[in-house]
Parts: sequence; structure tokens; C-alpha cells
Amino acid sequence: MSQITLNNLTKQHGDVTAVDRVSLEIKQGEFIAFLGPSGCGKTTTLRMIAGLTMASEGNIYFGDRDVTYLPPYLRNAGLVFQGYALFPHMSVAQNVAFGLEMRKIDRTEGQRRVMEVLALVKLDHLADRLPRQLSGGQQQRVALARAIVYEPDVLLLDEPLSALDAKLRHEVRSELKRLQSKLGLTTIFVTHDQDEALSIADRIVVMSAGKIEQVGTPRDIYQRPETRFVAEFVGLTNFIVGRVGAADCFHATGGEKLVISADGCGSGITAVAIRPEQINLREREASGRDANSLANSLQVTVEEVTYRGALTEFVVKTNSGLQLIAHRQNDDMSRSAPPQPGDLMVASWPVAATIVF
Amino acid sequence: MIGTCVIAFIMVLAPLFAVAWVSFFDNKIISFPPRGYTLNWYVAAWEMERFRDGFLTSLKLGIVATLVSLLVGVPASVVLARGAFRGRELVQSILLAPLIVPGIVAGAALYMFLIEIEIATGVQVAMTFGGLALAHSLIALPWIVRLVTASLIGADRQLEEAALVMGARPLTAFWRVTWPVIRPGVVAGGLFSFIISFVDLEKSLFLVGPGSTTLPIAIVNYLEWSIDPTIAAVATVQIVVIAAGLIVGDRYFKLTRAF
Repeated sequence: MSQITLNNLTKQHGDVTAVDRVSLEIKQGEFIAFLGPSGCGKTTTLRMIAGLTMASEGNIYFGDRDVTYLPPYLRNAGLVFQGYALFPHMSVAQNVAFGLEMRKIDRTEGQRRVMEVLALVKLDHLADRLPRQLSGGQQQRVALARAIVYEPDVLLLDEPLSALDAKLRHEVRSELKRLQSKLGLTTIFVTHDQDEALSIADRIVVMSAGKIEQVGTPRDIYQRPETRFVAEFVGLTNFIVGRVGAADCFHATGGEKLVISADGCGSGITAVAIRPEQINLREREASGRDANSLANSLQVTVEEVTYRGALTEFVVKTNSGLQLIAHRQNDDMSRSAPPQPGDLMVASWPVAATIVF
Repeated sequence: MIGTCVIAFIMVLAPLFAVAWVSFFDNKIISFPPRGYTLNWYVAAWEMERFRDGFLTSLKLGIVATLVSLLVGVPASVVLARGAFRGRELVQSILLAPLIVPGIVAGAALYMFLIEIEIATGVQVAMTFGGLALAHSLIALPWIVRLVTASLIGADRQLEEAALVMGARPLTAFWRVTWPVIRPGVVAGGLFSFIISFVDLEKSLFLVGPGSTTLPIAIVNYLEWSIDPTIAAVATVQIVVIAAGLIVGDRYFKLTRAF
């Protein structure tokens, strides 16, 4: 296992730049997720690291080794494809042994390592089966075993869970994470699923249009998105567009005045974002006290209510037409009936929960 | 539904059975009912030089044409299915073109082409086994290209990529991973090439010469003058050869998977 360094990695297809000057250092044993919508360049980056796509510019290092111009078979990477790409005519054990054979590892030693890694993924009892005789989850584990048996410098995973159903995906995800940290595998995991990235990775690389938008821990990415793209792509977000006003800090285009920071506003802020779970809805007080006098409290009308199991989602709107989404945990069984469409409420959120752009 | 199937089967199989049946008739002239049954027509057919030579020529021709078109067609299919280059479609169309051109036209064109070569070089190519083999390779080639490209496209590109990443050099990856997956397609292609060549009549008409007459042409020539169960015997042998090829092929290579 080694540290992986990408230096200004670029891929051009004719006039299109699929990957644009991506630089990144991945520590030994680190679990990195490349997250982004399809076409953002995450898979191309992965393929360049594997050597299946040649870089147009920039460099790739495995440790101190410059592998940029090496063909895939001289790089020593492990790759799990989205569709697994198991060899249909070979048994599970033969599939796993393939990489060892190519490395001319002695047969008995090879067999020992194959059984060892199959035991690790709990498939040692199915060593003689053909891939088509296995379930999706089992095939996925064969693909993983096949990629790690020859101790690659880096393990590359291209949406490896997307072919599994939701429940299995969850299981395999934790299994993968457990195995990765046990073996100390330097791992790059490509996904478009933010939940997957948030729950599995040490650090997330959010990509868009071939460029890195932000690199950070899952917490960083979710709580402190640096760009509007990241805030929009990772989790659900309410955006309020406006400008910095003189005394009242932030003026939304609809006229709402918001406090966005305890120590005043910086200039140049054009939008703020608030996560739906930060917005609290309460009924308007009968005393008629002006809700707008509180920091970040807006008078709203409930437009839509959607029950979503663990939480309820409310779409609310201010008089000026500003629409917000608020989440409320469905934890309190004793609570009276939830707000209904048409109800008049007050939406408020803590100043510290405001993300500014 | 089942009725339609039965009718279709009868339409396909009845003539074959009729030919085989007639070949055992103990009549000089084909007529019903048969006076009795005999194997003499098979002996007679083999004793007739034109049929024996025709059979052997066709057999040799089929094998040579199949080998030549495999040699050209398999690498061409790999490039067509895996490569992305300018003019790919054009190359593919050219390789498949012999399927579209009527055999008699292609045969005449090829004949003129070979004559031109003869005039230019002074070497005889028309009406030789070589010229005939060239023509039959052309008949066989589209079948190889068709079936092999289809099986290559069906074979996941990622299999090769997985092998490469695991440390296999491109040739090893092809041999260990791609080849086993496309083998049924190659065998099916080869078998079809052989059969198409073995039964070809039109394309060969202009190209056969003395001593290189194919079995179908020998049959036609014979039919012009006489009609007796010999011809049925010859045809039955032809059918058996083809059927055996298909059955053996399917037994060992699961041809049905190639389609």
C-alpha cells in the first residue's frame, strides 16, 4: 500500500476536458471517495489511476513511483468494476488467483493466499463455483477478493455497490469499510451517492465538470460546503439569494432580513444556505408579537407536508414567495397533529447554522 | 401457435426426409411406390468419379476457405469490435459486402478479375483450385466477421480491462479471458463458413475448371442429363455432413450461445 499523489491530472477528449488539473494527495491507508454527478470526471480520474485511460497532462505517483506512462499491467493497482467483470469461464478461486498467476507467484503459495483472502470475504466455501452461480453480493465480494489478493498499491472501486439492492448495499458498505481499515488499504471509491460517500470515506473529493470542488472530511463537506455546488449536491439545502445590507446584515431579494453571523457580515456575500433539519417550525404566538423581531424568524405558510418515515418534510413559503424546506424528526409520539397545508407558522434557525457564499 | 410450429417444421424437414428416403429406393427412375430398398446408389455415387472428386474438392475447398477467412476474419473482428478509428463502418461494410452481392454476379465479377490478372501476369488463376479457394474465402468471410464481432461485442470489454489491471499483458489478457468467451462465436463462424462454402453453387459456376469441380456443380451437371436415386444419395451425404458439423459443433461449443 502506498501514498497516491495526483498532480495536475488532466484528460482531454478532443475539445472536451473531462478531467481538469486535479491535484490530490491520498495518504497511505486512507479511504477516499470521489463524489459527483455522472460526467463529472470521477470515473475518468479513476481509470487514469488504473492506467486504462492515459492522462493528457499531469502525473500520477504510487508512493515515489511515477506511473503516469505505465500500462495498467505494470502499475499494481486493484480495481473493482461496477459490473464486477468476473471471468465467466473461471471458478471463484481461479478468478482470485489470476493476479497472482500474472505475478508468477508459486502455485502452493498462491493457493494459500487465495484461500486466505476468500476466507476474509467469507467465500471460502464457494471457491469452486462459477461466478454465474453466485448472488450479486457474493459476486461483489469475489471481485473485491480478486482485487486485493496481490496486495495492490491502491484499491480502486468504481461504484461497486450500485448493482446491489438497498439492504445489501448497506451491509456490504460496512463490511467494506471494516475490511479496508483492517487491512490498511489505500482506497479510492467512486460514487454518485452522497450517503455512501458520507458514511464510508475518511475524506470526500467532490467533483464537478472535471474539477475538484472541495476536499474534506464528510463533516466538512456537509456542514461547511465551500461552494454552492457542494452545498447543493451533498444533502438538501435551502438557498436564499440576496445581498449584504448596511445594518441588518443580509437582505434576501424578497425583503427578509437575516442575521448570518454573530460578528457581522463580510462583504460580497450573495447567497446563504440553511440545511432543512436546522429550520424549526413553531406556531405563531397568539399574543401577536412580531416574529420578525427575532433573529432569523420568518412568518410562513405551510404549503406541503410529506411523511418520510423517520422525519416529516415541510415546504413552507413566506409572503414574499421565498420557499423553504424544513425537516422535523418524527420522534415525539405524544406530539399533537403536525402542521397541515395552509397553517401559519414561524420558521427559525440558529445564526451558527447559516452557510454563506 | 403449436399448429404453426408443426407446419413450419414439416415444411423445413419434409424435403430433407424425402431426399433421404428416395436415395434408398430400388428403382432406376424415381417413382412411387418403391419396388424395394437398396444401398446401391451410395456405392454407385462413390464409384462415379465426378461425385467422388466433387465431394473431395468441396471438402478441401470448405476447409481451406474456412481457415483463410478465420485467419483474416478473427483479427479483423477484434479490431472492428474494439478499435475506434476513422472508417471503421466502411471497413465493416466492405467485409460484410459479399453477403449482399448476388453470388452469380460476384462469381462473374471475380472470374473477370482473375482473367485480368492472368492477362497481366501470365499465370493461370481462373479455373484453378487457388482461384476457387479465393472465391470461397470471400463467401465465408462475412460469416466469420458477423459472428465473431457479435460475440466480441457481447463479451464485456471490462473483462479485458480487469485482466490488464491485474497484471496481464494484452496478448495474455486476450488469450486467457477474451478468447474463451468468444470461442463459441469463432467456432460457429467457422462452421457456417464451411457449410456455406460446401453448398455454394452460383459463385463457383464460372470459376471451376477441369479437375476442380465442386460437389454442387457436379450434381447440377448430372441432373441435366439424368435423374435417378444416385443424386438423392449424393444429396443425402451432403446433408449428413452438414448436420454432423452442426451437431458436433453444438455439442462441444454450445453454438446456441453464439447467437
